[in-house]
Amino acid sequence: MLTYLIRRAVNAVLTLLVVTLVTFGIFFMVPKITGSDPALLYIGKTADAASVEGIRTKLGLADPVIVQYGKFLKGLVAGRDYANGNDVTHCPAPCMGYSFKTDQEVFPLLMGDLPVTLSLALGAAVLWVLIGVSTGVISALRRGSLLDRAVMTGALAGVSLPIYFTGLLALSIFVYWLGWLPNADYTSFFVNPLSWASGLILPWVTLAFLFAATYARLTRANMLETLGEDYIRTARAKGLGERTVIGKHALRSGLTPLVTVFGLDLGALLGGAVLTEAVFNLRGLGYQALTAIRGNDLPVIIGVTLIAAFFIVFINLIVDVLYGFIDPRVRLG
Amino acid sequence: MSTDSLAGLTLPGDRNTRPFLEVKDLTVRFETDDGIVQAVSGSSFTVERGKTLGIVGESGSGKSVTSLAVLGLHRTRSNAKVSGQIWLDDQELVTATDEEVRKLRGGKMAMIFQDPLSAMHPYFTVGSQIVEAYRVHNPKASKKEARERAIDMLARVGIPQPAKRFGDYGHQFSGGMRQRAMIAMALVNDPQLLIADEPTTALDVTVQAQILDLIRDLQAEFGSAVIMITHDLGVVAELADDVLVMYGGKIIERGPATSVFHDPQHPYTWGLLGSMPRLDRDVRDRLNPVKGSPPSLINLPSGCAFHPRCPYAGRNGDRSFTEVPELRGGAHAVACHLPPEDRRRIFEQEVAPNL
Repeated sequence: MLTYLIRRAVNAVLTLLVVTLVTFGIFFMVPKITGSDPALLYIGKTADAASVEGIRTKLGLADPVIVQYGKFLKGLVAGRDYANGNDVTHCPAPCMGYSFKTDQEVFPLLMGDLPVTLSLALGAAVLWVLIGVSTGVISALRRGSLLDRAVMTGALAGVSLPIYFTGLLALSIFVYWLGWLPNADYTSFFVNPLSWASGLILPWVTLAFLFAATYARLTRANMLETLGEDYIRTARAKGLGERTVIGKHALRSGLTPLVTVFGLDLGALLGGAVLTEAVFNLRGLGYQALTAIRGNDLPVIIGVTLIAAFFIVFINLIVDVLYGFIDPRVRLG
Repeated sequence: MSTDSLAGLTLPGDRNTRPFLEVKDLTVRFETDDGIVQAVSGSSFTVERGKTLGIVGESGSGKSVTSLAVLGLHRTRSNAKVSGQIWLDDQELVTATDEEVRKLRGGKMAMIFQDPLSAMHPYFTVGSQIVEAYRVHNPKASKKEARERAIDMLARVGIPQPAKRFGDYGHQFSGGMRQRAMIAMALVNDPQLLIADEPTTALDVTVQAQILDLIRDLQAEFGSAVIMITHDLGVVAELADDVLVMYGGKIIERGPATSVFHDPQHPYTWGLLGSMPRLDRDVRDRLNPVKGSPPSLINLPSGCAFHPRCPYAGRNGDRSFTEVPELRGGAHAVACHLPPEDRRRIFEQEVAPNL
């Protein structure tokens, strides 16, 4: 078990390293290929040649690529100094550089947006797991019934309708027409839990609707498959009641594959629920990413990418570890 | 009132005369999108305590469906329709409630399945699965008692270091050990009826013999009735007191094992015996498989279901094609249109020399 954990952890670190290489490569080499100059992007096109040269030295853009990558990595791990003669700027770890647009340090900037995305993703995740899994299980147990067909039709609608449709629909009905809810807005949970929840309920429900639909279909399919397994027949042949057969034997293996999917989905969302944040005008990581991409703000784009990659790799590491506990066959493999 | 006159009374349910397990006119059908699957039609048989009944037939002949019906395992399938009577120790099971049958399942009657790897839950230890089987029928037993019982059973079925293996998972056992553990799980509540559904099919030949010995020993020890389902006639010859031969969901021959083996009556049984490999036969001789393939249970052939594969069909007019043969005879019964004397002659002159 321990070797398994160590192997997974080493794997995760290596994956992150590859991600830094790829993001660094893409975002620093692309300007080279397209002929645009990151120094100009940073300082603005009207600057004089001396200032541009100064900023190029300070950002290390004149160094060989490999040195730049080394400094970039060192910055992430230990922080780095941007220096041009006596003009030294210290960027503490994890240093992701400075926004081209606002000159703010990228990491603290993104950390400021994280609570919004975190609240959005986690709140929605709780909803969609509860709703998706329970309807999926009920559908599987009542296979072919009216309820099953209704749930599956609803789920089909859920997967097919994009966020910007359901989101806007929910907004216009519940906020503008019925006036039951305030417009989506983020208040810190620690300031006022009630307005935190009421401000996020619409984005949660919208996001959860999409995912719950997928989860309901997945759960149903997994449960149906599991219910046809020989070991379920064995459980019944032992004389166990249906409650134990379903609740203990079938759910245990029927829901296990969902852990993987959930890890991927949550990881991806934590890197920014771009569409949802845009529709509800929530200033989270996704919103930040959108702004950065529009403004060609390379350090912010890199920052969001790295944080998103970190969440996906980290949550998948947790999933792998969980699997070791859930499925005894994994431990030996 | 003396005891003598009491013994003369016929009690309700014929307590003294009814066999331990009596299946009467059992019919199982499944409604599917393709049509109605007539899996078992009108099967009747009995098994006494301490006796072994072998059920033989090709895949899809209704062997497993019959045994699952006895255990009431079709109840969870909403498309299954079971009719007829199943009497186990004077209790009728087809009309019994789900809860009554559940209590018998794994207790008074237990089952061993074909593939022990897929029949064991991959996420629970072997020991905990046996403990679960014990505690569901002995709710008052403590965890410790149940654990001791499970380890005891593992030792009984010949698993070395049972206390250590208790905490292992199914995939950590070898095939033979897994089937032993499954047998331990089935026997943990001393069932009086044990159904073994091809218990050795997934195992090595050497292990097969061990498992069969084990089942025979345990049967002798517990005096339970055993139904052995198999397509392996060798297994039946080894273990069974009585044999049912099934074809297309019907019993086509039924009788004591020695009689069925030495004096088989049905052309299909001849075919089964002829397709058995034997050491004492010249290697260059070919096996004589039954030609053709088993019938679809949705669309059974008219008349005798075996007629498309029967070399003797049509010998007596078109009865084979129009009339379903009844299972006739005393201890050794057969469902065949051929007149008994023709059958005897054909067997002695054409079939027996090639067996």
